Amino acid sequence: MTSEPPILTVRGLDVDIAGSRILTGVGFDVPASGVTALLGRNGVGKTTTIRAILGLLPDGGRVTAGRVTLAGEDITAEPTHRTVRRGIGYAPEDRGVFAGLTVAENLALAERPGHVHHYDLVHDLFPELAARRGQRAGTLSGGQQQMVAIARTLLNDNILVVVDEPTKGLAPRVVTEATEVLERAAERVPLLLVEQNLAVVRRLARSAVVLDAGQVVHTGDARELLADTARTTALLGVGSHSSKGAA
Amino acid sequence: MDTLVLLTLTGLGLGALYFLIASGLALIFGLMDVLNFAHGAFLTVACYTAWRTAETVGGVPGLLLAAVVGTATGLALAVVVELVLIRRLYGRVREQILVTVGLSLAVPALVQTVWGADARTFPVPDALSGTVGVLGARVPVNRFLLIAVALLVLFGVRLFLSRTRYGLIVRAGVEDRAMVTALGIDVTRAFTLVFALGGALAGLAGVLGGIYFGSLSPHQGTSLLVFAFVVVIIGGLVSITSVALSALSVGLVQQYANYYAGGYGDLAVVFLLAAVVLTRPAGGTGSPLLRLRRALAAHRTQAAGGTA
Ligand SMILES: Nc1ncnc2c1ncn2[C@@H]1O[C@H](COP(=O)(O)OP(=O)(O)OP(=O)(O)O)[C@@H](O)[C@H]1O
Ligand SMILES: [Mg+2]
Repeated sequence: MTSEPPILTVRGLDVDIAGSRILTGVGFDVPASGVTALLGRNGVGKTTTIRAILGLLPDGGRVTAGRVTLAGEDITAEPTHRTVRRGIGYAPEDRGVFAGLTVAENLALAERPGHVHHYDLVHDLFPELAARRGQRAGTLSGGQQQMVAIARTLLNDNILVVVDEPTKGLAPRVVTEATEVLERAAERVPLLLVEQNLAVVRRLARSAVVLDAGQVVHTGDARELLADTARTTALLGVGSHSSKGAA
Repeated sequence: MDTLVLLTLTGLGLGALYFLIASGLALIFGLMDVLNFAHGAFLTVACYTAWRTAETVGGVPGLLLAAVVGTATGLALAVVVELVLIRRLYGRVREQILVTVGLSLAVPALVQTVWGADARTFPVPDALSGTVGVLGARVPVNRFLLIAVALLVLFGVRLFLSRTRYGLIVRAGVEDRAMVTALGIDVTRAFTLVFALGGALAGLAGVLGGIYFGSLSPHQGTSLLVFAFVVVIIGGLVSITSVALSALSVGLVQQYANYYAGGYGDLAVVFLLAAVVLTRPAGGTGSPLLRLRRALAAHRTQAAGGTA
């Protein structure tokens, strides 16, 4: 592939929450193009990794060691809003949609001053959102809320988009729609994607990082990993317990 | 009939005063989880600076200038308190409560050493000290002033919240502060802004309180604050209009009960509060009590983790 430097590097990241160690020495690269999947069973620390990168750990959580760089610059101890302004779009696990605000207001809030705002792209990808501009986001379906969350990440010219379990709890048809949107998004911007649906990973991801018990246990080509059923089962526990469905 | 009219308009005037104090409290608590016990102290100091101004200048110009000075005093105090104290204590709910309670005790004591413990007369110009006949009742003019100002403020705050980018940030921040920062927005600026706005409204309430009661004392703000908290708990954090409606009910209930139930207005307010709290369905982001409980619980696990 390319010899481009990675857009995001994570090195030796230790994270404690409420006094217990959640991540130990987590390190990986996110290439400057394509989709990187962050995989692992429930509770292994995928969301915590994302939150640590963004400086969004919950109360009582902190990074005790390690370094994160974005486009070559250290962002480890930086306040979240500054890191995000460097050009990150983030759609969190719970979607982070403001229920009391309208669709239009949710999008307007994501507008980064001094940027071009790609409403044409957003309305092209999500014609439904254009039609529901004035609707309160809290009254949207789960799939529509996920569209708002993803739309917010594509509104500005970002250098990295981070999406945490976008297909969680969605009906199969909506999962397909979301996957198509992410595929198109990945043509424009590198994606770091947390995803448990392996069909989605297979279709989108170029590289994969697998976590287990707060540590990176595998990094490499995503399709190679998924082709190796024994390996996938060992690392992700697929088959031994289902991790899908609405939690 | 005339008594009822007088009681109603007086209750509305009092409700207007509660609204000015409670709207700031609700915005500050909703956005920042800060229970600002110092809010009454802002009001008291503003009332004194307004009083000095009104005394010095005199007449209607004096009162107008006093309103400006009082509002500015509340605003300045709030900004200083936010930048110097509250900002360092984000997420530490208990410490914040201690600091603001400390201020709420220290400031009136300070006011007392400077201007004495006795109540002072607030100079009200003739234009505002008379009464008007309404359906046979003689209603003090200042009641209408209070109601009009409160309506203007309600209108202004609603415009601010619904039409400006900062208003949007505040509404979003009340729902989910962390997500606002995750969109690249520096939410601490909105904190300072909301604190300043709350302080300015408390200052304005100090001036209007001086006119309404015709007097001022070092503990004026503290006693009004108690009712403002009740207003916030009843009104919730969902909208500024619900705070206004809640303020209005508290003001009216207090006035009616004071007259018809032998001076038990304060007790009636407590009953109203209990009735609302006990019958309201639990849950929802709008409930201040729930929010506070959650904030304290988060604080507790954090503290436990720190010592483990
Ligand atoms: N606020 C918190 N307080 C205490 N423990 C937490 C907190 N947040 C996460 N943890 C713990 O950290 C570990 C990792 O959680 P995390 O949410 O990162 O997992 P995940 O891989 O994203 O799981 P899932 O696939 O279920 O989303 C879990 O054991 C979880 O219980
Ligand atoms: Mg997760």
